[in-house]
Amino acid sequence: MREHDVVFRLYLAGQLPNSQRALANLTAFCRRYLADRHRIEVVDVFECPERALADNVLLTPTLVVVTLLPPRTVVGDLSDAGVLLQVLDREIDRNEATTEFVPLP
Amino acid sequence: MTKTLTGIPGLDAITRGGLPQGRATLVAGGAGSGKSILALQFLVNGARRYGEPGIFVAFEEQSRRIVSNAESFGWDLPSLERNGLFFLDAQPNPDLIQSGKVDLAGMLAVLEAKVKAMGARRVAFDAIDVVLALMDDPRSVRREVYRLHTWLADHGLTAIVTGKSAAGYNAVAGIELLDFLQFMVDCSVSLSHDLVDGISQRSLRVTKLRGSAFEENATPFVIGLAGLEIAAALDPAAGRARVTSERISSGVDRLDTMLGGGYYRGASVLLTGSPGTAKTTLCASFAEAACRRGEKTLLISFDSAAEELVRNMKSVGIELAEFVGSGMLAIKSAIASNNNAELHLMRIKELATMQGARCIVVDPLSALAKAGDHGVGHSVAERFIGWTKENGITSVCSSLLDRALPASEGTPLQVSTIADTWIHLDYLVQAGERNRGLSIMKSRGTAHSNQVRELLLDRKGVTLADVYTSDGAVLMGTLRWAKERTERLAGEAALAETDHRRQRVTLELTDLEARSVVVQGELVLKRAEAARLTAAAASVSDELVSAQIDLREKRHADDAEAGAGTAVHA
Repeated sequence: MREHDVVFRLYLAGQLPNSQRALANLTAFCRRYLADRHRIEVVDVFECPERALADNVLLTPTLVVVTLLPPRTVVGDLSDAGVLLQVLDREIDRNEATTEFVPLP
Repeated sequence: MTKTLTGIPGLDAITRGGLPQGRATLVAGGAGSGKSILALQFLVNGARRYGEPGIFVAFEEQSRRIVSNAESFGWDLPSLERNGLFFLDAQPNPDLIQSGKVDLAGMLAVLEAKVKAMGARRVAFDAIDVVLALMDDPRSVRREVYRLHTWLADHGLTAIVTGKSAAGYNAVAGIELLDFLQFMVDCSVSLSHDLVDGISQRSLRVTKLRGSAFEENATPFVIGLAGLEIAAALDPAAGRARVTSERISSGVDRLDTMLGGGYYRGASVLLTGSPGTAKTTLCASFAEAACRRGEKTLLISFDSAAEELVRNMKSVGIELAEFVGSGMLAIKSAIASNNNAELHLMRIKELATMQGARCIVVDPLSALAKAGDHGVGHSVAERFIGWTKENGITSVCSSLLDRALPASEGTPLQVSTIADTWIHLDYLVQAGERNRGLSIMKSRGTAHSNQVRELLLDRKGVTLADVYTSDGAVLMGTLRWAKERTERLAGEAALAETDHRRQRVTLELTDLEARSVVVQGELVLKRAEAARLTAAAASVSDELVSAQIDLREKRHADDAEAGAGTAVHA
């Protein structure tokens, strides 16, 4: 892991639609804006409920941007593109993007 | 339907046995209506009394705050948290950013692990509306509610889900947040907190309970020293104390006689009357007599402070100070309008239980009618009497008679129908005096006097005097005294008159007897004389006949026959 990588931790609930959509949207977003400087850690709360409890994560899906200070938490299937752009405003270079990010509805 | 006991006083009676087991119950109400306390009490009782561990999911308040708020209820949450009670902070982080749809699957997964680990049987979701507000369309709300429902059913968990009934409108989704819940749950309870005549009044109403009968009316409740206490309707069959025929003194000898020996132990006695008719004095007499028998007595006064009462009663020979000193008597003064009737009742129960009272005096019980809603006051009075009976406590309550009230039963709280003995005190204004009259309106199970008595107060205490009825009017006070005096004098006069007449008759009798002796003597004399005369007449006649015969014989002139006839005619 490089020093300036953005680290995401995505808590999801197995194969449930909201969770799978969030994962797809996050992946697409990163490919677009953080192509080679991000890392996504996935925590399935069905498999690790104690971890979710310890991290105080109850709503799914929940995304924590670990490397931000303080870490930021976004809940939902990430279908609102503006939110991620806003949260990661300082981390990304919009000019880097070759095409517009269009999340799954 | 199988039910789970809540252990919340009154709620199990209203729901006829508790909440539906393995199902969800919605508790809806405004802010501060007692939803969280109800939910927590359900879990605490489960863990402490029924061996059913529980999980409290707090969506609105931090669990630390809930624990500290509930500290005053004596539930000892810290020790329960080590065993049988788990708090889950599920309050959405205020800094949380939302992007798109969320669901409760993660929370249920976390809970599932916890349920398995601790063998939980109960769960409470406090302020579910907070999390449902994060759903942005009706479909999502419905889906999550359904998810929750299924999850509860799958795990056989009995749940309480609370939600704010007001301000629960989700503008984004365009629905009432609790609507789906209302349809989903098997039981629905609504809590309200209103002001009635400026006095706080809480009530609880079960609006739905699938597959079971339940009390459908709103029932008042209070948040007391041990959590919620709901004023469940009286169940006459429930735990009555043994009925005895033991009599205990009213503190007034003649009243005991009028009642055929006193009040029954465990009975409820009602004293009604206008202000100043000595209701309080009769109450205090009873309390004094109870203390003399060595029975712990609680006296609740809504009218005066304890010291005042002791001083006032001392002036009529009722000594309460020594019993207050020895702890036999507890006098508590209360101000009716400070609390609602429910709280007063609860306080009385607490005091009586703490003291171990066998006799309770409430002076006057009608003060409860001032404590908020009139209907509630009546219900509280009824339950107070029911409670004393359940516990075998003898109660004497006074009640002001308010003639301005619709006098359906005569007393403001209509307790006269439920009281066992009803004594009425009244004034009779007559000849510039105001005198007190006492009569027994009813006394169940006793042959009691139908007479009105005059109640007299002096430095030796209460006495009852007979009243006089004269020409249909009742005489009391000096009129009674005057009447008594007149009658005494009249009696004496009548006695003298009779004696006089007796003497006269005796004299006449003696006179007659003496005269009768004289007459008898004369009678004898007359009879003798009569006999004598008869004898004399006979001899004269004989002489006459023989003389004629002699004469005829000497004349030889007449025929013997004719001569004889002429002689007779001559």
